[in-house]
Amino acid sequence: MRRKERIDRGIKVRTEGIYAISSMREILYLLGPRLLLIVGLILLPFILQLAPYWARVVNIMCVYALVALSFDFLANYVGLVCLGGGFFVGVGGYLSAIFNTYLGIPFYLSIPLATVFGAFLCTLLFLPCLPLRGVYFAIVTLMYPLLLTRIIEAFDILGGTNGISGVDSFPNQYVEHYAIIVVLLLVLFGLRRFVNQDIGLVLRGVKDNDQSVRASGINVTHMKALAVFISAGIGCFGGAYLVHLYMWAGISLFALDFSIIPIAAVVIGGGGTLVGAVVGTFILVPLSEALRNLGTFRIVIYCVALTAFIVLKSEGIMVYLQRKYHQFERWVKV
Amino acid sequence: MSSETILSMRGISKHFGGVQALSDVSFDVKEGEIYGIIGPNGSGKTTLINCITGFAKPDKGQVFFRQKEITGWPPHKIAHVGITRTFQIMRPYYSLPAFKNLIIPLWSPRARKLGGWRGGGKHGDRDTVAVDILEEIGFERDSRVPYKLASTLPTGYQKRLELARCISMRPEIIFCDEVFSGLSMSEIAGMTPLIEKLKMEGVTLIMVEHRLRELFRVADRVMALQFGEKIAEGLSGDVIENKQVKEAYLGSEEV
Repeated sequence: MRRKERIDRGIKVRTEGIYAISSMREILYLLGPRLLLIVGLILLPFILQLAPYWARVVNIMCVYALVALSFDFLANYVGLVCLGGGFFVGVGGYLSAIFNTYLGIPFYLSIPLATVFGAFLCTLLFLPCLPLRGVYFAIVTLMYPLLLTRIIEAFDILGGTNGISGVDSFPNQYVEHYAIIVVLLLVLFGLRRFVNQDIGLVLRGVKDNDQSVRASGINVTHMKALAVFISAGIGCFGGAYLVHLYMWAGISLFALDFSIIPIAAVVIGGGGTLVGAVVGTFILVPLSEALRNLGTFRIVIYCVALTAFIVLKSEGIMVYLQRKYHQFERWVKV
Repeated sequence: MSSETILSMRGISKHFGGVQALSDVSFDVKEGEIYGIIGPNGSGKTTLINCITGFAKPDKGQVFFRQKEITGWPPHKIAHVGITRTFQIMRPYYSLPAFKNLIIPLWSPRARKLGGWRGGGKHGDRDTVAVDILEEIGFERDSRVPYKLASTLPTGYQKRLELARCISMRPEIIFCDEVFSGLSMSEIAGMTPLIEKLKMEGVTLIMVEHRLRELFRVADRVMALQFGEKIAEGLSGDVIENKQVKEAYLGSEEV
């Protein structure tokens, strides 16, 4: 009988302490993967100047990555499986469009305002279903974007099915790219830091076991509302950005895509790693773009790819890669 | 034992569907004592704790904490005034290391308001405070135990962790829901001094227990429940000699 043994690499163990700064190699070991992501993302618009179409895909990809991050945070750190990604995007988008076109607020103010007010609004609307857990919460949150779509259609408010057009665009291509890339990086590293703070631990406690959190004298509903606020804010920013990118806000902002693709991305990238959500979208969105000229047949390829991932590497890419990076494996006799 | 009443229950009743879990239970707990609650399986002991700590709402009756009514308050508010509980089925945060489990109660509004943990203070480093508390409760600081994931800890340590979670709230009352059950004799021998130490620090303890011998060693007064009714109350020695209590535990035959 043999079994695979996994052992942490010496360098990993050493870099966990303050000794990490003792040698160039160890500093590089820590910074390498992070720099790869940061520098890679920042250089991406320059590289893609050769292919303008793909440069535009990068923006949309980053929006999806933001929504995936908000899903991963809420599902794997707070235990709220929220299928309402499209709701956050839609609320943020419509608010920014309203601020910009009806009130004449410039884009650099309307996007932050839409982020904050949108997060407030989403949290307020989610309050009644915060006591729900698991699949019940998932189903109710799935209904929210559908509900708002129907309301806008039925009452013909906010431009009805035509949407709100004439939204300001970004002044130039670089603002367009870096507005989203910088925010994505800030959100990614910010969230990673946040979940390891004391308050982040409380949220993770809510996921593990909310009864104990209650018994510790902490109002669980408040904590969940806080988490939804953060998550909704991230999604609303994505929506507000999209509106200014398309110069138009319509009910397609509430599309199921924004609820489903981020979840698929988190599954592929590895749930609970946060960076996995980003990596997952960076694989999924370009893949679905590349398969666009295959027409509806792309759905088949898309499904096969997803199924293959779930069957063969259900832990997700990032979990796998992190393991390979930090540990070595060997066969030992039992 | 001349101190004042800290917690008093007046006619608590609770039913689940057709099952009368508690009927008209009243009792008083004095400040600083160890009060035991015993009774056979299904006699309503845990339901009683749930009713007091807010995890269940009593159908009838009132709960007073320092003459203030707290009936039907939500659990976090009750914990905030200083009434904490352990769970019979341990509920640590499995995905966090043992010492990080205590960050959550230490972060609670009550703990932050009271502060004053040595080394930690109001805005101090909660990790240090957490390890201090764990050491106090029997986790060896220099071993790897406090830093292990809570899910990998043996039962004895998980029980201690439950107690540590209560202690880090700096409570006035701790409800111990069967802290001795599932522990070996040596583990119980290690737990008992902790309980006595808490008493010396002035904490009121209410212990629900099946391990009578161990309970009677520490408890000042004991109440016995059967089918949701209080059948006896008094000093430990008297209660176990009570005829009804004997019947409840051993059947109606003379022993």
